[in-house]
Amino acid sequence: MMHTISDIWVMVKRNLLRYQRLPRLVVFSFIQPVMFVLLFAYVFGGAIGSEGSGAYIQFLLPGILVQTVLFGSMQTGVGLADDVMHGMVDRFRSLPMARSAVLAGRTISETIRNFFVIVIMTLVGYIIGFRIEHGFGNYILAVILTLLFGFAFSWVSATIGLAVKDVETAQSAGFVWVFPLAFASSIFVPTASLTSSWLRAFASHNPISYIANTVRALCVGTPVGNNAWWSLVWIAGLLAVFMPLAINRYRKITS
Amino acid sequence: MDPQHPVTKYIQDASKQGMSNEEIVRELTAAGWQVEQILDAVLKHAMPVPVPIPGQAAPIAAADNIITVKNITKSYDHKTKAVDNVSLEVRRGSITGLLGPNGAGKTTLVRILTTLLPPTSGQATVAGFDVVHQAQQLRSAIGLAGQYAAVDAILTGRENLEMVGRLYHLTAEQAKARANELLKQFNLEDAADHLSKTYSGGMRRRLDLAASLIMRPRILFLDEPTTGLDPRGRFDMWDVIRDLVEGGTTVLLTTQYLEEADQLADYIFVIDHGHIIAQGTADELKRQVGGDVLELHLVDHHLAPQVAGSLKNLGDEPPQANAGSGIITMPTSKGAQVLVEVVRMLDDQNIKLHDVMLRRPSLDDVFMKLTGHGAEEANK
Repeated sequence: MMHTISDIWVMVKRNLLRYQRLPRLVVFSFIQPVMFVLLFAYVFGGAIGSEGSGAYIQFLLPGILVQTVLFGSMQTGVGLADDVMHGMVDRFRSLPMARSAVLAGRTISETIRNFFVIVIMTLVGYIIGFRIEHGFGNYILAVILTLLFGFAFSWVSATIGLAVKDVETAQSAGFVWVFPLAFASSIFVPTASLTSSWLRAFASHNPISYIANTVRALCVGTPVGNNAWWSLVWIAGLLAVFMPLAINRYRKITS
Repeated sequence: MDPQHPVTKYIQDASKQGMSNEEIVRELTAAGWQVEQILDAVLKHAMPVPVPIPGQAAPIAAADNIITVKNITKSYDHKTKAVDNVSLEVRRGSITGLLGPNGAGKTTLVRILTTLLPPTSGQATVAGFDVVHQAQQLRSAIGLAGQYAAVDAILTGRENLEMVGRLYHLTAEQAKARANELLKQFNLEDAADHLSKTYSGGMRRRLDLAASLIMRPRILFLDEPTTGLDPRGRFDMWDVIRDLVEGGTTVLLTTQYLEEADQLADYIFVIDHGHIIAQGTADELKRQVGGDVLELHLVDHHLAPQVAGSLKNLGDEPPQANAGSGIITMPTSKGAQVLVEVVRMLDDQNIKLHDVMLRRPSLDDVFMKLTGHGAEEANK
């Protein structure tokens, strides 16, 4: 057990060093989400009138936190595919280290990165008018939920990355499922505003909507309904399915 | 210290596997045990193995096999057999070569022996550990340097080595100290704190090899250690490998370069299409060809097959011709006499030669004789 923890920690440190040394990762992980906040708030903010009270930024920021960790989770699969391609996975698998450490190291370091991204996005949000309206404690809960959600999707992404074993394919395979999930959801607009009835049905049952609604409720005090329960069920379900799936793939991988 | 103490148990297990005392002590100290603790375990329990103090010469265990492979087969989709019923043994302290073209099954075999790939059937043990059932213990006894230098490009050389050391569960201090030793040994000290993506191909290979040696493994697997290196890098790597074996490491290396196997390996298994088609020392394999080889380099390359046809009654066996390179090779036991006849004949026919030589057979000739195709040709 001690060895497993120390193996995971070694892998987490290795992955976090990348953010210090690869500028493109910093751009992708930190600057892009901030740009999204600014663009959506200022470009679409006027056109997308939000229901009820408050400016669009109150609606947008909690949603875009969820969107950011969702997009960020693709990095897990891309990073793993890169390790497979460059023989690193062979090296790790030939060492007497914990079988889960390479994957756990990736998903945990993505979660740590997500924490900092969320903090920065909230600060930028504050500058342009976002306010926590439901108490700081609930905001912390929102952050924890968002991180858990990102963690769960990192395991989905890990499974894909290990299946395709190629950086570019992992990247495009990620976008194929991430984009529809992100945009046909309540991240940017209320699902009630969607005009097509099948799209509305999809969006209101999309797990991303449950998460976004819950995070929004915790941040600004909109009604939470049963969104919180559905969010937790989805997170638990994704982890229960994809953690063993990814680890099993890792054990058997051939490059 | 009770009989269940890890040191006590380790010594018992290790001595059953025929490890020498020196090796046992080296393994235990590498795993972080103090010499006092080891001696304590021995003295208090009257262990059957007298453990010498490190540094003193210990009798080397009788030459025995450190890798045993019995009827290993690896098939994909129930038909393609990458490795087909291979059995072989590797002697402790030797450099053993697996020689064959790309796709012959060399890498698959190495991946099975290093636990990266489970065999479809058959058994294999490495350092006494079964490749399937004792995979984790086996991993602690071996080092692997794969076909691609598996170093993390955005870590420095030093960080790469320390990371691997930590993953072998050395303490931070031990990992640091070992990294320093290896950087020095592999002449990487100057570049130690540069990102490894700035390294040359040869440096990256050396770093990769250093990483596989962190725990001073008893057995080192080298999968095509010099593929992609320039001649200088290749010679350097050969020296490194020879030094390792002098230090007592057993090396199993795969190569598609006949010269490499000839230069390095004490014993060679020639592998083609998943089968072992020949084995022996380089000299034994060459003797299978017998006699000398007459080699002709034609000025007009395309004439090679036609000329070879006209020479077919002169040698011991029909000559091999390569129209691409214009080279004809012909095994012969009456070297000088045949040489004169051939030159006279070609002169009569007005066929121009760049070069003509009589030489000892190379492993390429062996491969040609065994498989009917050259090692290089099979790569295409």
